[in-house]
Amino acid sequence: MAEIVSLAEAVERAIHDGDAVAMEGFTHLIPFAAGQEVIRQRRRDLTLIRMTPDLIYDQLIGAGCARKLIFSWGGNPGVGSLHRFRDAVEHSWPVPLEIEEHSHAGMANRYVAGASGIPFAVLRGYNGTDLYRLETLNGDSGPVPTIRPISCPFTGETLTAVSALRPDVAVIHAQRADRTGNVQLWGITGVQKEAVLASARSVVTVEEIVDELDPRPGAVVLPGWTVTFVARARGGAHPSYALGYSIRDNDYYVAWDAIARDRETFTRWLDEQVYAGRS
Amino acid sequence: MTYTADEMMTVSAARALRDGMTCFVGIGLPSSAANLARATHAPSLVLIYESGTIGAKPDRLPLSIGDGMLAETADAVVSVPEIFNYWLQPGRIDVGFLGAAQIDKFGNINTTVIGGDYGSPKVRLPGAGGAPEIAASCREVIVVVRQNHRSFVERVDFVTSVGYGSGRGDRERLGLTGAGPKKIITDLGVLEPDPETLEFTLTGLYPGVPVSAAKERTGWDLSIAADPEIIAAPTPAELDALRSFKHGAVSRAREQGATTNDHR
Repeated sequence: MAEIVSLAEAVERAIHDGDAVAMEGFTHLIPFAAGQEVIRQRRRDLTLIRMTPDLIYDQLIGAGCARKLIFSWGGNPGVGSLHRFRDAVEHSWPVPLEIEEHSHAGMANRYVAGASGIPFAVLRGYNGTDLYRLETLNGDSGPVPTIRPISCPFTGETLTAVSALRPDVAVIHAQRADRTGNVQLWGITGVQKEAVLASARSVVTVEEIVDELDPRPGAVVLPGWTVTFVARARGGAHPSYALGYSIRDNDYYVAWDAIARDRETFTRWLDEQVYAGRS
Repeated sequence: MTYTADEMMTVSAARALRDGMTCFVGIGLPSSAANLARATHAPSLVLIYESGTIGAKPDRLPLSIGDGMLAETADAVVSVPEIFNYWLQPGRIDVGFLGAAQIDKFGNINTTVIGGDYGSPKVRLPGAGGAPEIAASCREVIVVVRQNHRSFVERVDFVTSVGYGSGRGDRERLGLTGAGPKKIITDLGVLEPDPETLEFTLTGLYPGVPVSAAKERTGWDLSIAADPEIIAAPTPAELDALRSFKHGAVSRAREQGATTNDHR
């Protein structure tokens, strides 16, 4: 059964230095408040996992929380580059960032394998791309440890296997939970269900906690016994969308470009907007 | 009516879509073009975004693929694993509409790294996203990209998404089920693969663009079709539709900023 706690307590108890943490939300319901709480609690050496590392991971990477990033698309959606991510990859600032990259289909299937409790998933993909064989950080060229060809035992056809993702913690934002910790999210539901089910622990922030979850068309429901912590964080997806509650604060995404472009401006932003704030 | 090179490119890309097609749409120029097609000659175009919205009917340009308007107007909303596994992978989708940071003469696309080596690149780009499987599995692919020496190269620095590999036979050898890129639509004109070699060749130019400009802004020795088509300028109806989207998007962005700030 999920425990309903404050966001600070959820992060403190669920996320530890060195953990592999998947914060999901496919451009909708991005768990910004939780991500910024992780920065505030100064977690270090995290392996951050996310299909679309956007502003929230730019903030975490720039704050020095991450040792490694596993991802498939890193950008400021509709605006441009993630400057903190680029600075970490191109110049190792503030710390070196190891990267492991996939396509969206590969990442989605890695979560499916994790949620399914099997070691890998199979897809038709990666053939002919350089994603299959990357130069590693020390300059050696070799096969990627998480992608392998696999022969179909029935037809002999060669397909691609990708290894399962089994994060220590999944972090998502949802519209609502009830008082026993059942979680309901709707609209674009992305890969959140798979991320929570693939992970050992989970933190779910919600817009509101209600007495009863009335049915919503197309909603994903995560029963309370699949979730570790639920925390109320009204506006916790801001500046991203939370369908039915708030829409994208596009000015924030545009303004982020200038803030993140410069190390000093970013550091000031971090002091004023994150470290000085309380969750 | 006067128009910009980007408007001409978007209109040209929109015209490449036929009514009733199913189209897997990336954000940015491809999204503008696909929505323009839906607003003009292709009202039954089925727009599919990788966020899992199938048959989205936005009345303004979405700011990102997570825009709630896409979910609210869609025929179906599915999860991200499902959009890739059930919808894209089996070859159900007619056309994939992609952008590129770098593209080569065989239509291979790079959106990963430029310069240096992979571990310490000169420029780190966003990465693959949905593009590798869109390029592999859509029945055909159309690439929309501004043309210049840096983007149009002999050989891409990194193959993120496969076009024709190193030439004829490569897609079959690699087991890629879709037919590959059929057009590259740029701000100068249109390139199509040579039927024999599959090398991209200039087959169309916009009004007033000289062949020499296309050659100068290509990093390989660009072949020119015998009689390149002069592509018609945007009609007033096309420009009106395109500009009304853009203005809609801007005013919506302002409203959104105001609304969400109230919640802080």
